[in-house]
Amino acid sequence: MANLIAVLAAVLCLFMGVVVVSAKNPMHGVIALVANFVGLGVLFLLLHAEFLAVIEVIVYAGAVMVLFLFVVALLMAGTRSPQEARSKTLPGQVALAIAVVGVFAALVVFALAVHTVLAAPPPPTTSFGSISNFGTALFTTYLLPFELTALVLLAAVIGVVFLARER
Amino acid sequence: MGLAIGIDVGKALVVIIFLQAAFGYLTLIERKLLGRFQLRPGPNRVGPFGLLQPLADGVKLLFKEEIIPAGVDRFVFLVAPMLSLLGALMAFAVIPFGAPVQIFGRTVPLQVAGPSLSLLYVFAVASLGVYGIVLGGWSSQNKYGLLGGLRSSAQIISYELAMGLSVIGVLLAAGSANLNQIVSAQTREWFVFPQIVGFIVYFICAIAETNRAPFDLPEAEQELVAGYHTEYTGMKFAMFFMAEYINMITVSALATTLFLGGWHGPAFLPSYLWFLIKVAIFLFVFVWLRATLPRLRYDRLMAFGWKILLPVALLNAIGTAAWVALVHP
Repeated sequence: MANLIAVLAAVLCLFMGVVVVSAKNPMHGVIALVANFVGLGVLFLLLHAEFLAVIEVIVYAGAVMVLFLFVVALLMAGTRSPQEARSKTLPGQVALAIAVVGVFAALVVFALAVHTVLAAPPPPTTSFGSISNFGTALFTTYLLPFELTALVLLAAVIGVVFLARER
Repeated sequence: MGLAIGIDVGKALVVIIFLQAAFGYLTLIERKLLGRFQLRPGPNRVGPFGLLQPLADGVKLLFKEEIIPAGVDRFVFLVAPMLSLLGALMAFAVIPFGAPVQIFGRTVPLQVAGPSLSLLYVFAVASLGVYGIVLGGWSSQNKYGLLGGLRSSAQIISYELAMGLSVIGVLLAAGSANLNQIVSAQTREWFVFPQIVGFIVYFICAIAETNRAPFDLPEAEQELVAGYHTEYTGMKFAMFFMAEYINMITVSALATTLFLGGWHGPAFLPSYLWFLIKVAIFLFVFVWLRATLPRLRYDRLMAFGWKILLPVALLNAIGTAAWVALVHP
């Protein structure tokens, strides 16, 4: 049952990922990205990372993508029809995409050929993805990366405030 | 196994049907109350005391012609109202609306599902419901629709932050993000007393999140015709309407669960009735505010959210964290 859901969620994620890069209408790309994040949330849930799954949906699907939608809707507002807003295909884009997919597929095949597929690890305890475990890991083991990320975000916030004030 | 699944499906059906019926009668109660506030009787022609008015409205909406304007993005246009309603209905799934009951000799909790992070689940589903409004406004190729959708996305993003922060106090005081444990933590004392600041911020944000007056800027009639649902007709319009009212019920039920002790109450009434009474009080306040307060100006609304509610909610969260860490280990 869990495997079936995992496969369905993975297929959803991949399909929506393809739609994100191939959609002619930028709005459809944004919607596909939201669906992709929801699928990702399902995958996190199946890995017992409940907190991460919920945060993925709240922050990325629920907040960040609404802002994307906001910007795309504003940028498209001046165009007469959706056809006008369609993105153009860059020269060599398709060939490059096929090449990159080929490289990744080759990597996956190579990895599977070299290593045998590992047996599934023992199922984690129910408290594995809980808020307290997540918080403890964040403030002990991963304290330095966590604080550094916060610093990067702070720099971004200051930059945005500065740019907006300059007009 | 079969019985357990049957009970779960039954509970889901009961909740969905109840929410639909509650939506119908909430519109009637709102119109009746608004009438009273404005010194007129309100709808009273269909059935005794106008009690069949929701049925008449429903039949009318079902038989209305469905108009899809030329040049719209058909798929998005059709899916948007469904997304809105889906988000509204799904959020109610985790809310415990009564003490566990005995059915066929087994204890059944009165909620559709009880995941360990049910409080965050409500926020996750609610944040997805926004897409219905934004996409509906965008896809109808109408400037009023687009402006309504954009206003709503900005408003909901801003108030979602303060709302999320306002319930962190409750989360810390109960020591859990599970709504059942939050309810049982309030057996002795309702969180509305120690968390009065969080409660006030939560309720203001809840009004803004459901696009109700005085924060109903996405559908400000005088400026935007009907905002994001200007181009919608028939049942598709009704779905947006349903989503708004069911969201009202859900935020009221969440407020009851988080701050008013959930289904706890003196034993002379069954627990689900206590829950219903508390939710009804919140719904009455929603209508009362709509009849009383004028709409805020848009820039005032954003300034209020970011400069007052957010800092207050943040201070409340920090204060509660300090209290839990120092006084109440």
